Amino acid sequence: MSLENRIAEIIVSRLNVKPEEVTDIANLKDDLGADSLDMVDLMMDLEDTFNLKISDEEGNTLQTVGSVVAFLKTKGIEA
Amino acid sequence: MSLNATAVVTGAARGIGLEIARKLIEAGWTVAALDMLEDDLKASAAELGENYKPYTVNITDSIMLAEVAAAVGRDLPTVKGIVNNAGITRDALMMRMSEDQWNMVLDVNLTGSWKVTQAFMRSLIRAREGSIVSVSSVVGLLGAAGQVNYAASKAGLIGMSKSLNRELAGRGITVNVVAPGFIESEMTENLPEAVRSDYLSRIPAGRLGLPVEIAEAVTFLMSPSAKYITGIVLPIDGGLTT
Repeated sequence: MSLENRIAEIIVSRLNVKPEEVTDIANLKDDLGADSLDMVDLMMDLEDTFNLKISDEEGNTLQTVGSVVAFLKTKGIEA
Repeated sequence: MSLNATAVVTGAARGIGLEIARKLIEAGWTVAALDMLEDDLKASAAELGENYKPYTVNITDSIMLAEVAAAVGRDLPTVKGIVNNAGITRDALMMRMSEDQWNMVLDVNLTGSWKVTQAFMRSLIRAREGSIVSVSSVVGLLGAAGQVNYAASKAGLIGMSKSLNRELAGRGITVNVVAPGFIESEMTENLPEAVRSDYLSRIPAGRLGLPVEIAEAVTFLMSPSAKYITGIVLPIDGGLTT
């Protein structure tokens, strides 16, 4: 499964949204309805899934689905 | 009747914690019973049956606690309840209280509750429902000579719970505190007769409380009937604090 698809799957299950809503430019808070608790939960999920640490500062920069994908790629995660 | 949900109860091997476990099991919960007292846990498991799942753990040990949280997550129904009941006393007048006495009580009663809550709360958040109840004490409200450490820890649970309530209430999770008064338990049975009769004279109900009377209130706060009750401190004290 591609990195994009794995991330989309996590977002769909955590935020309880439809797969077609999870586009590259979708904003996690504004478009997908994540509140601050959802964001923390999502970051912890990404940490567990991809075995990395996301600092609060890094987490705050992750606004859109695309930015999450790009961020994980900078951490050397491809799939 | 099974709720297919797990309640984590600390200090569940005996005393008030054991009664809480018993009442929760009667209400359909599976109970993850956390305690340091392995023999008492075994005896209680033999008494309460298969829905009482014993875990020997020191709640001040984060690593051990993480292992227990993983095991509970793997083996038991979804955790939807947390009862922070474990507590100790190390009484001394302030002038004579050692730093160890202060630290031990704060470590178990307050920091331990924080650790347990953090270890298990994600499950409630994901489920978007659940209840957290912390067992404080009237001593946290009134203070008691010789119990600066204990009173501080029990008052700390109130601040912790009220703040956590503000984080979690929007998720359908209730966070409450019960504040038992003087209850028939090991903590009170060794009191000198003069102290005991002094206590009795201050309790409008004219008697000490029973562990089961705490357990009934905790079970109610964790039931669907109490869904809209959150952020409260409920004294269960025969009128002592009124």
